[in-house]
Amino acid sequence: MAGYLFSSEKDQKRLDLIGADILRNVSLNKGFMLWMSFLVVALGVCLFAYSIQLREGLGVTGLRDITSWGVYIANFVFFVATSLVGMLISSVLGLAGAKWIKPIGRIAEIIAIAFAAVAGLVIISDMGRPDRLPYVFIFGRVQSPILWDVTVVSTYFVLSLLLWFIPMIPDLAIAKTRLDNRPVLLAKVYDILSFKWVHHEAQFKILRQATRILLILIIPTAFAIHTVTSWLFAVTPRSGWDSTIFGPYFISGAFVSGTAAVIIAMYFFRVNYRLHKYITEDHFEKIARVLILVSLVYIYFNLNEFLVPGYKLKTSDAIHLKDLFSGSHALLFWGVQIFGLILPVILMLFRAIRKPLPMLAISVVMLTSSWLKRYIIVVPPQAHPSLPAQNYPVEWIIYKPTLIEALVTLASIILVLIIITVLSKLFPVIPIWEMAEEEKETNTTDK
Amino acid sequence: MSKDKSRIKEKTKIDEVLEASRRDFLKKVGIFGAASVAAAGALYSGYRYEKAKSDGKTIKVLTEDNRLVEVPIDQIREFKPVLKAQQTRGREGIEGKRWVMVIDLSKCRNARKCVDACQSAHHLRPYEYHINTLVMQESVNTPAFFMPKPCQHCDNPPCVSVCPVDATYKRQDGIVLIDNERCIGCRFCMAACPYSARMFHWQEPVAAEEDKDKIYDVELNIPHKKGTISKCLFSADRLRENTLPYCVSACPNGVFYFGDENENAVTNGTTKETVDLRDLLEKNGAYRLMAELGTKPRVYYLPPKNRLFKFEKGPETGYKETT
Repeated sequence: MAGYLFSSEKDQKRLDLIGADILRNVSLNKGFMLWMSFLVVALGVCLFAYSIQLREGLGVTGLRDITSWGVYIANFVFFVATSLVGMLISSVLGLAGAKWIKPIGRIAEIIAIAFAAVAGLVIISDMGRPDRLPYVFIFGRVQSPILWDVTVVSTYFVLSLLLWFIPMIPDLAIAKTRLDNRPVLLAKVYDILSFKWVHHEAQFKILRQATRILLILIIPTAFAIHTVTSWLFAVTPRSGWDSTIFGPYFISGAFVSGTAAVIIAMYFFRVNYRLHKYITEDHFEKIARVLILVSLVYIYFNLNEFLVPGYKLKTSDAIHLKDLFSGSHALLFWGVQIFGLILPVILMLFRAIRKPLPMLAISVVMLTSSWLKRYIIVVPPQAHPSLPAQNYPVEWIIYKPTLIEALVTLASIILVLIIITVLSKLFPVIPIWEMAEEEKETNTTDK
Repeated sequence: MSKDKSRIKEKTKIDEVLEASRRDFLKKVGIFGAASVAAAGALYSGYRYEKAKSDGKTIKVLTEDNRLVEVPIDQIREFKPVLKAQQTRGREGIEGKRWVMVIDLSKCRNARKCVDACQSAHHLRPYEYHINTLVMQESVNTPAFFMPKPCQHCDNPPCVSVCPVDATYKRQDGIVLIDNERCIGCRFCMAACPYSARMFHWQEPVAAEEDKDKIYDVELNIPHKKGTISKCLFSADRLRENTLPYCVSACPNGVFYFGDENENAVTNGTTKETVDLRDLLEKNGAYRLMAELGTKPRVYYLPPKNRLFKFEKGPETGYKETT
């Protein structure tokens, strides 16, 4: 039929084959149920911890007047940072013409959606009066960076959701007839969400245009969310926060943690969903190169952020830097910089490391370091205020996160896992139609 | 401002200095003033009506606009402030004033009476500070000294800039206040304040039970609320009554001066002596904390030269210092 893509018998067969591979994991099987119930029970325990905080106030945390922002804020920064990867993979690499990102673009979007959505909840857990959240919208003042943050994070979330969903519409049309024995309800949902998609050329033209507009729009939005997040700190006169390069410093760091998160997800989906054919060793090779590049950029910004004030050693900067370089936070600081950044870059220069399993190990270390790095950015600068902290109980001056803080933070990570699980279990994680199209193209050029 | 100069040549008590403008500002206090005049009017007409039939037992009452009226005793009702009116006047501030504090470091011996008076007036725990006294030392070769540190009530306040909901604000009389009915507890203001002047109610405020029925007074910040910010208010409630702030009047050593920049006059809280503000600042080489940040504090410090007391630790505060 003229004008329709995937209309020939050969094409349909190709869709059958690829669809069978990719849709294999789309099912509410026992494994899924077990994993979800584990997550939900764990979430319940953590939410109980939050209920204690709601009742007793933020006093159940280790936060006090001197260090008044702690792991909640560090975790928030980490979440916003990691969500940025959606933009990096789909937009920056995609618009630059990198074809290899096709099978991992949707994975990156799932990560972006999950982290951006939960970032908003994380910030609520840090509020002294979460019941007054509506005040932000009723009495909001545009002068406050918090308003900017709320605006851009929610915009980014919506754009990421659209970037995940719109390119998936053809897939839903393909999948609705190929779900076999999977729940009937899901096929119905696919049918509704595929909006009578018939693979007509005109439909694809609109889809490609819409996607392209979104891909372009999401670049400034993503830069905005993390730049504004960095400004929450950089607009204050505190040593350690009072920095003009905080925006790019945060963005370059975001690409490191986001890429590491994507590699972990790639490995997991490749092995558990048996997608070796689509997420190949070559993909790990290529994304490892991306990780090297973004890590080098981040190292460059670290050099500027610490070496320049470290050379001048202005009084208040000196106190802060001494604490990081040789004081109470030295172990954490050097551990994160060396094992979480410099060493991985050196290791990844070797071809043998740019394989799936070593890359998984490196990514886990780098992602953990990224979280700890946010802690180093948020907490130590508050420990040494410009005027000395005197006449306080000792535990009011030295910040130690409590069990409740740890559990509430864990809750946010569990929520991310729940969102990723649901999105990847109920919908295809790899674009079927793009894979089929690619295969068709390579076949015709072969002939 | 120069026309004021002659007036303050003679040392007068702060009450006399402020009296002239008192009548004027009360007229313009807005809703609150209007409400009280209306209330007085209602009382008065009620009195006329009652007079005709009551047994004549009356009492003399001074209204808020300084009228002495006579009302029957059985018509007296206790005045209950209205939250909305309190908040409105609390946001506007006292017209025509620019409050300013001068702290003479040469006189401070860390008696911590300012801290005690403040904490008892504002219902705070011993380690919850609106004002704190710090031990300061520039270098090993310079002597240590004590420094009372209230909120600096900056004219360019970083805390006010970053507040997302307008819970903390700058008033026309220079005071930076907090509306704890509005505060969402994000603590951005604490992060932004270079003077660590703010405190947060991490737990239930110490006098929560005692204060729970009080109508919230934004100028006293009582009752406090868990999960919200508090800080020094320059005792805005006392200024409303033409009295010096709690810390200023509690100091036994004459450390604090307080007054109105517009009138160029500050009064010492201990000696009750009123002096020329600019003269005091100039003669003593006054400075402001971290002036380089451009926050423009309304608190001036006089350097600790020719100190009246040897540096020694003050009374035990019960909390070990760690710096």
